[in-house]
This record gives sequence, structure tokens and C-alpha cells, in this order.
Amino acid sequence: MRIAVLVKYVPDINAERRFEDCRVVRDPAEGTLNELDENALEAALRIVEALPDDEREASEVVAVTVAPPEGDIAVRKSFQMGVDRGIRVSDDALAGSDYFGTTAALAAAVRRLETEGPVDLVVTGMAALDGLGSVVPALLAAELGRPAVTFAKKVAVDGGTLEVTRETDEATETLSAPLPAVLSVADTANTPRFPNFKRIMAARTKQIETWSAADLDLDLAAVGAAGARTETTQASPRPEKPEVELVQDKGSGGRALAEYLIRNDLV
Amino acid sequence: MPAPTHNRTVLVLLDPATEVRSSVLELFTIGRSLGRVEAVTLEAPTVEVLAQLGAHGVETVHQAELPPSAQGEARHLSAVVAATLAAAVRLTDADVVLTPSSFTAKEAAALTARELGAGVVIDAASVTQDDEGRIVAGKRVFAGSWDTTSVVRTPAAVVTVRANSVVPQPADAAVSTVVEGFAVTVDGVVPTVVERTPTERDAARPTLEEAAVVVAGGRGTGGDFGPVTELADALGAAVGASRDAVFEGWFDRYVGQTGVTVAPRVYIGAGISGAPHHRGGMQASQVVVAVNNDPEAPIFEICDFAVVGDLADVLPQAAEIIRAHKEQ
Ligand SMILES: Cc1cc2nc3c(=O)[nH]c(=O)nc-3n(C[C@H](O)[C@H](O)[C@H](O)COP(=O)(O)OP(=O)(O)OC[C@H]3O[C@@H](n4cnc5c(N)ncnc54)[C@H](O)[C@@H]3O)c2cc1C
Ligand SMILES: Nc1ncnc2c1ncn2[C@@H]1O[C@H](COP(=O)(O)O)[C@@H](O)[C@H]1O
Repeated sequence: MRIAVLVKYVPDINAERRFEDCRVVRDPAEGTLNELDENALEAALRIVEALPDDEREASEVVAVTVAPPEGDIAVRKSFQMGVDRGIRVSDDALAGSDYFGTTAALAAAVRRLETEGPVDLVVTGMAALDGLGSVVPALLAAELGRPAVTFAKKVAVDGGTLEVTRETDEATETLSAPLPAVLSVADTANTPRFPNFKRIMAARTKQIETWSAADLDLDLAAVGAAGARTETTQASPRPEKPEVELVQDKGSGGRALAEYLIRNDLV
Repeated sequence: MPAPTHNRTVLVLLDPATEVRSSVLELFTIGRSLGRVEAVTLEAPTVEVLAQLGAHGVETVHQAELPPSAQGEARHLSAVVAATLAAAVRLTDADVVLTPSSFTAKEAAALTARELGAGVVIDAASVTQDDEGRIVAGKRVFAGSWDTTSVVRTPAAVVTVRANSVVPQPADAAVSTVVEGFAVTVDGVVPTVVERTPTERDAARPTLEEAAVVVAGGRGTGGDFGPVTELADALGAAVGASRDAVFEGWFDRYVGQTGVTVAPRVYIGAGISGAPHHRGGMQASQVVVAVNNDPEAPIFEICDFAVVGDLADVLPQAAEIIRAHKEQ
């Protein structure tokens, strides 16, 4: 089994996230592996760990990111969780990509991996916590001509079939698809493992491979700011809220709350 | 709202077609500010739905005629919805598609845009057009701490709109609505739907993503959601939770970055600390109220009004006064 896990480098949600010149500031001091991609890594590792010995030994889990050089932070964290290989796709021409540009680069990376041998499964997180789009997995599946099975809460791979249970706003569903497929996992799917000492040491010696747009034969007109179909023209911080009205409950806190709502015409 | 400056057709996704949720009524309202609005469905709308569509100015419903492989439960899959929306755009010459911002609708929107070579904006809070007729979308990002504006550079635009972006308004004049079938082909490999159980909606309460008022309970409830639901019912509000409360098995749906994103007029959080993940799903609310017995709770930083106290005392008292106020 060969699995590519897509990992994104994003600003830490605990840090002060901001824009500059209408672009998200990606400060390496405050950048991190998208937390939701830890669920993707965990799902991929578990799928491989559940295989019979011989198949497991022949398996490979590869972390792939499309990011500037700081994105190595995300790949290193993936190493620490236990992936075998890490690839960063970087190119100045990719800066400012929209979902389609990012997807084109990711799809090209998967295709390049395929020149070495089949990629049975691509696993992603349910969303990148910077943009919260939740659309790259479906777009990538369409690009690769594979079925998309997204937002999985429960994942089972049996032979050449992927079966997934998910809970969307509308329904609880069980979906199945033949491999090769694209799988996105929800945050409810698993609890990501902590990197242990052994893995942290092993990760130190691993090299991150870097691929450029030229390595991937990317059409430069379709990626980066040049190819972006949408353009952010304004970004401004929202005004700070006025000081909170804080009431200590001494027996009439509930009344104060009700009166606040009534006074402000919110009931 | 200003009169449309361009004579464009706007398609609105209506899936399922057995009810018109308030989030879809919002799309009609936004759509009418941009041009003429038509609806796209994957099944026959009910009589009640047609009446509502008429009141909201929708003259035409385009109902997909799907290939056998995409019928039945598979029709709600994002790839099928996208094939339908893209075919409807080609049929009608529409250049704007609006969908709600649910997980599957977002996927469908992106896939539609992919097929059309159009730009897509996910989770917009406003949709307008500039002097050149380009679609302009406003968003609230980074847990509601920044506002951004994006311009769609392609001739066609697909936008998913968050609930509670506008107040839905019926059209000035009702119209009669006709349903027209159109053929849709679905390319590519679509997963098989082995089983599908639609989520039961609590008829007595508004849905979480659309409610004007939300009361949410967290770990501080200790598992007793009684006070939370009591206040919610007094206010006619939806009930939500933190992820921790859901993981404990105390409630079924949580608010937050990975849960439901809400932006109601009022959000009331009780026994919720206000972790960044939670804030990401509620910080865009117009008014934030919290009840927490820890005066240092982080949620107080983003509140308009807060009570430091035990929610088991505070919420029932508030509920009682609100009920009394409503009876006046
Ligand atoms: C990848 C990822 C995604 C996540 N996504 C989400 C998400 O979408 N939504 C979400 O909510 N969380 C999410 N979380 C979890 C989040 O980080 C927090 O752990 C969670 O929100 C905390 O829930 P809580 O506020 O109920 O619990 P706590 O943080 O334990 O807070 C409980 C609060 O209750 C107060 N309290 C206790 N007793 C009382 C009482 N009697 N009366 C009043 N107050 C009382 C306490 O002072 C405390 O402030 C996510 C986590 C991860 C890792
Ligand atoms: N630039 C990127 N590099 C690698 N993976 C990505 C990238 N962007 C998105 N993904 C993957 O797609 C998932 C959903 O992202 P999004 O659609 O942007 O919310 C993420 O959880 C990642 O697994």
C-alpha cells in the first residue's frame, strides 16, 4: 500500500493571525502543521499498521506539502508521527495560488509519485485551519479522476475497497469506493499519536525532498497569483469589541443576563 | 438593496427540495439583488416548497434528470450536485451560482467552479457586484477577527454563503413557479452510498446553523444540559455544545472550527472556556454572552456581556425572567 498524506503549513490558531498586502502572513515562528492533518496522518499510519506483515513492510506513507520553505515544519512533524518520506513542492510561481492552483500542484505531485509506483490512497485533513475551505480533497479527486470519500469519521480499508462512515449536517452515511481513491478524515476520526523519542530521533536524519513547478511540468498560467480566479482586494482587522460588561452572580446574575437581552431588544 | 446593474441570472442550489431552509431564503434575497433568480434541484419540489419559491420571486426551477448511477441516495453526493449545477449553468447562461455553506455544498460549489473554469468563494458573508459587474464577496476570517473582500476574476462565479448573512425578504411581488427538467450526465467515479439516514431535525427548535439565537453548553455543564435547553427554549433558540461536551456524549452537535459555524444575533456560551477552536465557530456572532464560574475564562475576552457564576443557578433564573417577559 502506498499512501500520500497531504499536509498543510498554516499559521498557528493560537497566534495572532494576520494579513499583509492581502496575503496571509506565514511567519515561521508562528507556523505549524495544520492540526487537522494530524488526523489524516494518523488515519494513514493506522491503515498501514493494520496490514499483514509482508504488505506492511512493502508499504510507504509519504507526506506532501505545497508550501514555501517554512513548510518544512509541517513535513518534519509528519516525520515525527511516523511517515516514511516527505516532499515539499515549492516555487515562487505558486505564491498566491487559489484552491485550483494548489490542487493542480498537489495533483502533479501525486502523478509524479505514481511514476515510481501506484499511489493507492491520498489522505487529507477535513479542512485547513487557515481558510477552512474543505474543498481541496474533492477537487484533487476530480483532478486525478478518482472517487472522493470525504469527512470520514470511521475508516476501513479491505482489500481494494475503502469504506467510510460520516456525519454531515444532512445525514449519517456509509460510503464505499474502490481504490485508488482520495480520503479526507474528520477531526472525530481518531486521536493523533504523540511523537515518541524514537520517532523524533528517526525523524532527524530524514531528508525532505523538494520539487519545483518545473519538476512537475506545471502550467504556470494556471497556478499562483497569475492563475488565481479570485483575488483578495481588501483585508482589515475587525474593530475591537468594547469592554465586556461583567456581572458577578450574587443571586441575581440570571436576572442581569435576562435584563441585558431584553434591554438590547434581543429577546 | 440597490437595483441590479447587470441583467444576469443567478442559480440557487435547493437540496433537498422538500423544504426551503432560511439559509436558502437568504440566497434568494441576495440573488435578487444581483439579477434574476432561478433554483436548481435534484428532486421534485413539494407543493409547499413551490409556493415559497413563488413568494421569493423564483419563476423557474431546474430539476435534474440524473443517470441511473446517480439516482437515489447518490444524488446528494457533491460530485452529482456539482454536475447538476454545472449543467444548469450551461443551460441557462447563468453566471452566478449561490449555495449554502454546508460541508457537502462547499465541495459541490468548488467542483462546479472547476467544471466551469469559474472562481469560487467559500463561506462568504456578503455578495455584491462592482461597476464592471464582477462578483465581490466579503468574508470573515481567522475566527472572525479579520474582514476580507475578494473579487472573482472569471466571467462566472460560484459562492457559498454563510447562514445569517442577510435577513431573508420575500420578493416585492409573488410569481408563479414552473418546474423544468433537464438532463445531467455525471462523469468520473462516484462513491457508492451503502447507507444513508437523513439527520432528524428537532421540529421544536431552530437548526443550529440558521438560528438567530444560540445557547451552547460545555464541559462546565457537568453533563446536565437541562439549564442550557431551558434557556434556549425560553428564547426560542437553538442548542449547541463545545466539542468536549460532544465527545463526552452529552450532546450531539458542537460549535467551532471543525463543528458548526454559527453567526447568530446572539450567542450564549455556558460552561465553555472559549478555546480558539471553539471561538473560530462563533466569534462572528453579533452579540456574545457567557456564563462561567471562572473570572479568568478566556471567553470573557470576546464577550459583550458576561456573568461570573454557576450556570446551574444563572441560566434557569434568566429563563424564568425571559418567559415572564414574553408573557407580558
Ligand atoms: C483539531 C481540533 C479541533 C477542535 N475543534 C473544536 C470545535 O470545533 N469546537 C469546540 O468547541 N472545540 C474544539 N476543539 C476542542 C477545544 O480545543 C477545547 O478543548 C474545547 O472547546 C473545550 O470545551 P469546553 O469549553 O466545554 O471545556 P473546558 O475548556 O474544560 O471549559 C469548561 C469551562 O466551564 C467552566 N465551568 C465549570 N463548571 C462550571 C459551572 N458550574 N458553571 C459555569 N461554568 C463552569 C470552567 O470554568 C471552564 O471555563 C478542537 C480541538 C482540536 C485539537
Ligand atoms: N498547500 C497544501 N499542501 C498540502 N496539503 C494541502 C494544501 N492545501 C490543502 N491541503 C490538504 O487539503 C485539506 C483540506 O484543505 P482545504 O480545502 O484548503 O480546507 C487539508 O487538510 C490538507 O490535507
